[in-house]
Amino acid sequence: MEVYLDNNATTRTAPEVVEAMAPFFGAEYGNPSSMHNFGGRVKKHIDEAREKAAALINADPAEIVFTSCGTESDNMAIRGALEAEPDKRHIITSKVEHPAVLSAARYMKRFGYRVTELSVDGQGLLDLNELRDSISDDTALVSLMWANNETGVLFPIKEAAEIAQSKGVPFHTDAVQAVGKIPIDVKKTPVNMLSISGHKLHAPKGIGVFYARRGTAVMPFMHGGHQENGRRAGTENVPYIVGLGRAAEIAAANIDSEFEHTKNLRDRLESALLEKCPDTRLNGHPELRLPNTSNVSFEYIEGEAILLMLDNVGIAASSGSACTSGSLEPSHVMRAMGVPFTAAHGSIRFSLSRYNTQEEIEYVIEKMPPIAERLRAMSPFSPKKGG
Amino acid sequence: MWDYTEKVKDHFLNPRNTGVIEDPHGVGQVGSMACGDALKLMFRLDAEGRIEDARFQTFGCASAIASSSALTEMIKGKTLEEASTITNQDIADYLGGLPEQKMHCSVMGMEALQAAIKNYKAGGDAGNVEKTESRVVCSCFGVTEKEVERAVAENDLRTVEQVTHYTKAGGGCGGCHSDIEGIIARVRSGLAQGEPTRKRPTKLTNIQRIKLVEEVVEREIRPQLKRDGGDIELVDIDGPRVVVAMRGACSKCSVAQFTLRDVVEAKLREFVSEDIVVEEESK
Repeated sequence: MEVYLDNNATTRTAPEVVEAMAPFFGAEYGNPSSMHNFGGRVKKHIDEAREKAAALINADPAEIVFTSCGTESDNMAIRGALEAEPDKRHIITSKVEHPAVLSAARYMKRFGYRVTELSVDGQGLLDLNELRDSISDDTALVSLMWANNETGVLFPIKEAAEIAQSKGVPFHTDAVQAVGKIPIDVKKTPVNMLSISGHKLHAPKGIGVFYARRGTAVMPFMHGGHQENGRRAGTENVPYIVGLGRAAEIAAANIDSEFEHTKNLRDRLESALLEKCPDTRLNGHPELRLPNTSNVSFEYIEGEAILLMLDNVGIAASSGSACTSGSLEPSHVMRAMGVPFTAAHGSIRFSLSRYNTQEEIEYVIEKMPPIAERLRAMSPFSPKKGG
Repeated sequence: MWDYTEKVKDHFLNPRNTGVIEDPHGVGQVGSMACGDALKLMFRLDAEGRIEDARFQTFGCASAIASSSALTEMIKGKTLEEASTITNQDIADYLGGLPEQKMHCSVMGMEALQAAIKNYKAGGDAGNVEKTESRVVCSCFGVTEKEVERAVAENDLRTVEQVTHYTKAGGGCGGCHSDIEGIIARVRSGLAQGEPTRKRPTKLTNIQRIKLVEEVVEREIRPQLKRDGGDIELVDIDGPRVVVAMRGACSKCSVAQFTLRDVVEAKLREFVSEDIVVEEESK
């Protein structure tokens, strides 16, 4: 049996999405910017996709820019907002952001920017007072993620965006993990900019969305033609844009049922593993998180070894251990949360999607405990042996 | 996903000789949970002084477990004298190779073996064997100067990144990078005596000089700049005058001028000729 529980890394492209894209690799090859009918026909599909993407977050279609990926959207927000306010030299973000934000923000230090990285508590939650106190007249941008990719923990984006708004500072959120999994309404949440990645919501890799609220000053990141209303030059990636539109449409239509489905399976998996495997702990706040994500630490054993043993029985997950990243230190998210080393090296993330079944979850519940037991029997630190 | 050999996978999924020996003659434990891997190696000798049983307990990734398993297989039947000649490269070779980022797993095996032998010679006190007294270079991972020196010498390491792959030193805060560079330079200048290509030639034709400059830039300079996100390009070589362009992070770096003089020019003078003058391409 093959069980894919790594949906925060990437998701299966929905068959409906593949089907929607197919004509644009074939007969519908026109350039949407062209004056003739070949282009005009394609343009209509781009417009429709834009409407569908906008509807998923209750934005206006004119506020949607198609990009190549979530990382591009994040970079566009950071670079674009800073360039629009050249006299302000301070960025606020958090210690647990995805590298697409964290590395992009830190990179700006070499151009003289100051970067404040807000801390999180042991459950991965933000202290809004720290945000309030960090904003100054020099602050050009606040960028905070909606949902954490490793733990699924949700930041209070509405409140954080209101704080930034009250001080007149633009607010960006990397919502790559949140969009499609929880309801998002930009009419009710005063974010200025928001990033979406297609392949996290069953569209293919290579397509993203950058949302910029009307009136938000963002300098373009790519220069060239007048595509995307002059905000992102380059001929539109037509098939992928159409695919993303279809994926957004499906996500919007099923958001409640999918929430229930993944949450039920996730909760079943999590409670069974915590019960059956001794010396385990949940990383991240148990309630304030995505319905599909569970991050569990298996103490005294190492994550890469667990992953490869899972892989050997057909189960795909991921880990915050040092060894899986190619670096020598465990994940920056685990470290920021103060997860002890004994647990951080053995943290495993299970992330579900609409395609997972009860049968698959029961299979993982059957296979995981003996793997933990086997590796613990090999470990010099196993508590049973008195460490 | 790591590119592990079939042999690594086999020794990981079916590890040999796991567990403890109740009454061992020698025990060596290296690494720690904080470091992400640790290995406890135990052995017993037979009447002729050969290792008749070896067992291990390992906390770590697949290659750490495979390296431990391989090590126990390799030392069985050997005398301590024979076993003590096993290097980390031997362990890696036994497994059909390890990804470079995982070489520290084989080093851990070698260190545990040495610690266990030392423990036996000290009378088999089953307690943890202290590391040999040597200055700690990398405090993040507790790596000593001796360990770095040995890894550089035995594996012909040239860059800090390689030292990190082999020993973990420098993989945390990065505060010891210049210290490691110093150790590499020191060890390598010792090595260099037996390595004629590294000696500065006495007389060079123009073609030879150009070739040598290119070679030194590739081998000695670019890897160092690339580690900091920078790069360098040779633009022109005109007698002793070498014109370069700084690329990547170096092109915007405020200390690029120092890099030009202290790294690029110094290296070229060291390896090519004393009279080299490095200039940056005028923009």
